[in-house]
Amino acid sequence: MDLLHVENLIKDYVSPDGEVQRVLEIANFSLAAGEQVALRGSSGSGKTTFLHIVAGILAADRGSVRFDGEEIVDLNESQRDQYRARELGYVFQSFHLLGAYSALENVIFGGAFGSGGDPAFAEDLLVTLGLEHRLKHRPHQLSIGQQQRVALARALAGRPRMVLADEPTGNLDPTAAVEALELLRGLCRNQGAALLLVSHDPAVLGAFDRQEDFAVLNQASRGVTP
Amino acid sequence: MNSLRALLLIVRRSLREHALSTTVTVVSAALASGLVMAVFAVAAQSRAAFAGGPVGFDAVLGARGSATQLVLNTVFHLETSPGNIPWSLYKEVREDRTVELAIPYAVGDNYRGLRIVGTTPEIFTKFEYVKGQKFEFVGYGEPFDADLRQAVVGSEAARISGLKRGDVFQPSHGVPVSGNAQNPDGNGVQHDERYVVTGVLKPTNSPSDRVIWIPIEGIFRMGGHVLRGTGENFEAQAGAVIPDEHKEVSAVMLKFKSPIHGRRMEDLINRQGKVATLAWPIANVVAQLFERLGWVNRILELVAYLVVLVAGGGLLSSIYNTMNERRREFAILRALGARRRTVFSAIVLEAMTISVLGSLLGYLVYGTIMAVAAAIIRERTGVVLDTFEWHPALVQTPLAMLAVGAIAGIFPARKAYATDVASTLSRNL
Repeated sequence: MDLLHVENLIKDYVSPDGEVQRVLEIANFSLAAGEQVALRGSSGSGKTTFLHIVAGILAADRGSVRFDGEEIVDLNESQRDQYRARELGYVFQSFHLLGAYSALENVIFGGAFGSGGDPAFAEDLLVTLGLEHRLKHRPHQLSIGQQQRVALARALAGRPRMVLADEPTGNLDPTAAVEALELLRGLCRNQGAALLLVSHDPAVLGAFDRQEDFAVLNQASRGVTP
Repeated sequence: MNSLRALLLIVRRSLREHALSTTVTVVSAALASGLVMAVFAVAAQSRAAFAGGPVGFDAVLGARGSATQLVLNTVFHLETSPGNIPWSLYKEVREDRTVELAIPYAVGDNYRGLRIVGTTPEIFTKFEYVKGQKFEFVGYGEPFDADLRQAVVGSEAARISGLKRGDVFQPSHGVPVSGNAQNPDGNGVQHDERYVVTGVLKPTNSPSDRVIWIPIEGIFRMGGHVLRGTGENFEAQAGAVIPDEHKEVSAVMLKFKSPIHGRRMEDLINRQGKVATLAWPIANVVAQLFERLGWVNRILELVAYLVVLVAGGGLLSSIYNTMNERRREFAILRALGARRRTVFSAIVLEAMTISVLGSLLGYLVYGTIMAVAAAIIRERTGVVLDTFEWHPALVQTPLAMLAVGAIAGIFPARKAYATDVASTLSRNL
């Protein structure tokens, strides 16, 4: 059984002048538990919107997004918050770490709203990622690579069943990008979490057995409009 | 860490991150809270102390005029005497079958601004300033001899003047009118007579503590004093007896065998008589004075409420102004699974925390204001306020501040509640 199954998903935006613009139209997409999939797509192709809908941050206009058999589209906002807190980890392109909090606190927040943050587990994750001496450092006191590792740890801190990663290596140099990708994939593998990653970097995409071209997946980006 | 602990961490960190505005807001809340508590407590305690404090007498008999002035002059030793009444009237009420105790007061002199009251030794031997409690002397002190130039000094008067048993002092003419020991009314001419202190009284926490007591005969015989008991001027001569018809007193302090007897005496003096006024009951006279001055208190209360409103507004704006910079933080927390109500609660809780801190600090402000007010009131009147005395405002005010904080927090919290996660995160890529 699929962990994530998307069917006939549609999302439209209404521009300021009232014009309806379809940004997402996905007929079918699925992800098995523990599977790692990379979506290839250029900027503005709607892949971030797709991840936001899968994460419950945005509501779909039509279609179906089922997670472990449960229909996400039918959930109200509060239920989607809970779903996101319990089931998902999210790695943002620009990390989106909380500047007022230490590295450890940032990671703890990753699990705080779901099953409850586990400081010991959060610390273990940071130690695993080589940040044992940076636990109390704030994001601005960390290098870009270290910030990225904190973001990875935060995504895994709630023991999610699926991790969404939006251009997670976009701000890293090629060497650091490969290293971060390996860490992310390794952590997901170790926790049995599925990984849905979006990138336009061939080096990143090449590491995945299963790649999907988002431009093909998203019919809206191919000019199919309502 | 569960959601609640995450909530507390968010609040704690925000307060620390915005330490300056937090401090300013807490201090303004503390000033507001402390001021409100102090206004109510000082008003209540002053009223209780003046209207129900240790007086020991039921009524004051004095010259025809204002009962309020009579009470202020004789009970609180403030203001000038409204005039004198003949000695015969004192003798008459002393013999009245309803009167348990009648003690004459004669005023008109001071020592270093401290009021000198001429009276009889009964003030020490018979008078009870509270039931069962007479004036007590420090150490080996004793009452003055009615026929000698001797004096007994109240505790506060002794502290201010430095007088102690065995000391000799010379009174000056005039009385302090406003309780200000530094600026007595009158011409300040020092009398030639020298008085020996026979004792210092223990504190009673009443205006009597600021008084220096001497024999009433001493007032009659003080150099330059003129007696007009008969309507004509009479100056006492050394060694010669003063005929009663020349004597006059400022007031007679009365204690009835039963408080109810005051009504008969009041009718006799105030309605049928024309030469004197009976201030009875004393507590009612003071209460009426407070009623007349009630508008002052109401203005103070109004000012205090306005300060609370200003503090609430300051709290609102200080948090509201951080909302733009914190919008990204809320969006990230929401993306991590925090519900709208979680971020809403965080802001309201933050505002309430500031209120609580302000209220706690407010007790310090309250204590300071009370200490200063108590010192001034004690200095001016001898009445002692208790900083630690219970008043409902000490609980109601912090609760009200908490409510103000919560209400002030709702407005910025609504802004946090409305944060659009997707667009905020997209703008902050």
